[in-house]
Amino acid sequence: MRLAGLVALALVTAAPAHADSVVRIGSKSFTESYVVAEIAAQVIEATGQARVERRVGLGGTGIAYRAVAHGRVDVYPEYTGTISRAILKDPALESVEAIRAGLRPQGLTISAPLGFENTYALAVRADLARRLGLERISDLARHPELTGAFTSGFLERDDGWPGLRRHYGLALARVRTIEHALAYQALASGSVDVIDVFSTDGRLTRAGVTVLRDDRRFFPAYAAVLLARTDFVEGHPSAWAALERALVGRIDGATMTRLNALADLDGRSARQVAARFLGREVTDAEERGRLARELGTLTLQHLQLVVVAVALAVLAGVPLGILAARSATIGQAELMAVGVLQTIPALALLCFMIPLLGIGTLPALVALFLYALLPIVRGTSTGLVTLDRQLLEIADVFGLAGWRRLARIELPLASVSILAGVKTAAIWTVGTATLAAFIGGGGYGTLIVRGLALDDVTTILAGAVPAALMALLFHGLFELADRLLIPRGLRLVMVRPR
Amino acid sequence: MITVRRVSKRYGATAALDDVSLEAAPATTHVLLGSSGSGKSTLLRVVLGLVAADGGEVLIDGAPVTPRARAHLLGRVGYMVQEGGLYPHLTVRGNVSLPAEALGWAHARTTERVRALADLTGFDDAMLRRYPAELSGGQRQRVGLMRALVLDPPLLLLDEPLGALDPIVRADLQAELRRLFGALGKTVLLVTHDVREAVLFGSTITLLRAGRVVQQGTFAELARKPAEPFVTEFLSAQAPPPELREYF
Repeated sequence: MRLAGLVALALVTAAPAHADSVVRIGSKSFTESYVVAEIAAQVIEATGQARVERRVGLGGTGIAYRAVAHGRVDVYPEYTGTISRAILKDPALESVEAIRAGLRPQGLTISAPLGFENTYALAVRADLARRLGLERISDLARHPELTGAFTSGFLERDDGWPGLRRHYGLALARVRTIEHALAYQALASGSVDVIDVFSTDGRLTRAGVTVLRDDRRFFPAYAAVLLARTDFVEGHPSAWAALERALVGRIDGATMTRLNALADLDGRSARQVAARFLGREVTDAEERGRLARELGTLTLQHLQLVVVAVALAVLAGVPLGILAARSATIGQAELMAVGVLQTIPALALLCFMIPLLGIGTLPALVALFLYALLPIVRGTSTGLVTLDRQLLEIADVFGLAGWRRLARIELPLASVSILAGVKTAAIWTVGTATLAAFIGGGGYGTLIVRGLALDDVTTILAGAVPAALMALLFHGLFELADRLLIPRGLRLVMVRPR
Repeated sequence: MITVRRVSKRYGATAALDDVSLEAAPATTHVLLGSSGSGKSTLLRVVLGLVAADGGEVLIDGAPVTPRARAHLLGRVGYMVQEGGLYPHLTVRGNVSLPAEALGWAHARTTERVRALADLTGFDDAMLRRYPAELSGGQRQRVGLMRALVLDPPLLLLDEPLGALDPIVRADLQAELRRLFGALGKTVLLVTHDVREAVLFGSTITLLRAGRVVQQGTFAELARKPAEPFVTEFLSAQAPPPELREYF
C-alpha cells in the first residue's frame, strides 16, 4: 500500500513523461559536456519544432549512460573511447561503425564525430619546451631528469602513465600524484615539469604550456560524438538532421578549447558560450535575468523534493519507530537496516536507483526518503522506549491499552523526541537534496553542480546560499511546529535556553 | 474486599515479596507500612495485576487477579501514586477525566462528575484548565486523588499519596483524605513509610521489612505487643525525641 502510494505521489510530482514535441538533452557534469549539450539544445530550439528539456549535469558516465539507455534522455555528448571502454567494455571497438553496431542492440546510436577529441595529453611549460626542444612525447625519452605530477586516474589506468611509459620507453626522475585543479599551478611554479591534461582544457589556451604531440599514437581516440536513442533519431528526423548539420565536423580541438576557456576562465555561462558558437550573443543582463527565473524554478523543485521526501519518511518512519519500540528484536533489525542505508554514499544510492526508477524526480525522492528515515525512526522509538513506565502502568489500570494508549498517552509524551527526529531529517534533506541534481532531479544542486564544473564560485553560491537559507527556514518552521504539535503541558516542563 | 494470600515475588536474587498475606476488609483503610525497598509498592502492583506474582494469589472480591486476568478490576479500582502520577500533556480536567474517557462515559456525565470532585477538593474552572507543571505539589496530589476517585470505585490503591509534601500541606491533606474515605465508605489499601500517617489512616497496619510481613494489627497492638524488636525500632524512629514530647 505504502509503496503504491509512494509511486503514485512521485508520478504526480515527477517531470512529464516523454512527449513527441519534447527533446530531452543530457550532459555530464563538466564544462565541455555542458557546453556541447547547450549548443545542441539551442540548435533544436532554433528549429522551432520541439521544446527542449535540459537534463544536464548528470553525475558521471554511469548515470548519463543509464539515463539514455532507459529512455530518460534522448541525446547527450559522449566520447568514442568512453563508449567502447566504459559502456561496451570492448576497447578494440574504435571506428564509428563498430561502435554503432555495438550499441544497436541497446536501441542506441551515435552521430559522426563532432570534430574534436578530448583525450589525455602531456603538457610541459612553454619556456622549457623551447629550451629543450620538446614537441613530441617521444622527445621526453631524451630527458630522464624531468619530473612529473599526474592525476591519480592517469597514474593507475592502463591507458594512462603505465602504458604510456612502456609504449615510449620513458623514464622520469620523479613522478607524484596531484589534484587536477592544482596541476597547472604546480607546472607554472616550476615545481614539476610534466603534467597530464585533457586535450581540450580551456586553460591550455593561456597557461603558457605546450602540449606534446602523441607521435606514436598511444592515447586511444576519444572523439566527441552525440550518443542518442535510436527511437529519437528515427522519430525526430528533422531535429536529428539539424543537430548533425550544426555539430558534426563543426567543432575542432582549437574551437572546443576556446569555448571551454570562455566558460572556465571568462566566467561565461554555458548558454552564453553556446550562443557565441552559434553566432548569437546572450548578454550578461539576460543571463542574470534567466538565472533569477531559474532560481525560482529550482526553489520550487528543491522545496518539493524536501517536503515530499520528508512527508513520506514521516508516514513510514513513525510507524516503523513504533514497531521498533514494541519489540527489541525488530527494533534492532530495523535500526540496523536504516543505519546501513545511511552509510551508502548518496551518489551510489542514486546510481542504483536508475535501472529501477530512471532519472529525474522519482529516484531522487526515493533516495531522499530512505535517507530521512533514520532520524525519524530513531526519534520515534527512542521517545517511546524512554517514557516513564509508571505513567504507562497507570494508563493500563484505567483500561487504556494498545492503540488507545499509544494515541492518547505515548505519542503525545514522545512528541518532543519524534519532532526532533523529523526536524533533523528535514534539515539533512535540504542538504542532501542538492545531490538530486546529479540524476536530473533538479533543485539547488543544479547550480552547485554546474558551478563546480565551470569552476564558478558565483554559481556555486547561487545554489548553496539559498539551500542554507532553506535549511534555516525549515529550522524556523519547526520551532513553530513545536508550538503547534507539542502539547502545551509538555512545553511547560521543557528546559529552554534563554 | 482485597485478599492477598502467600504472595512471593523475586527480582533475580532479591526477594521483593516473601510469603505476604493480608486482608483489607470493606470500608476500612489498610496501611502497608515500611521503609523504601520493603516491597510495599511491589505488593500494590501485584494487587493491581501489573506484575505477576511468582507464588500465591490475589483475590478482589473473590476473583483472582493476574496480569492476564484483571479486566474485572476496570472501573472498580482507583489508583494513585506519589506526586500524583499525572500526565504532563493533559490539563487537570484531562487527567481527571481520563479513566472515564477510557471507559467510554458520555461527555456530560464526565463533566458533571469532574465538577463534583472539583467542588470536593476546592478546584475552580481556571484550575481545571491548568497543566501539572503549573500546579504546586499539594495541588498535584489532589488531582491524582480526583483521578483515582472519578469512577467512584469501591477500592482505592494509594501509593505514598502524600509523599514529598511539606509538613503543613501534608497535615491538611491527611485530614481531608481521612474525612473523605470515611464519608465515601471506600476500601483503601494505602502505602506509606510515615508512621504518623499510618496511625492516622489505618484501621489495620501491615509492617513490611525486606519483602516480609513483620507484624499485622492495629497501631496499639504493634506498639504494645511488638512481634520483634524491629517493630518498636521502626515505630520509635519517627517519634519526636523525648525532650520534645511535651510539645505534642
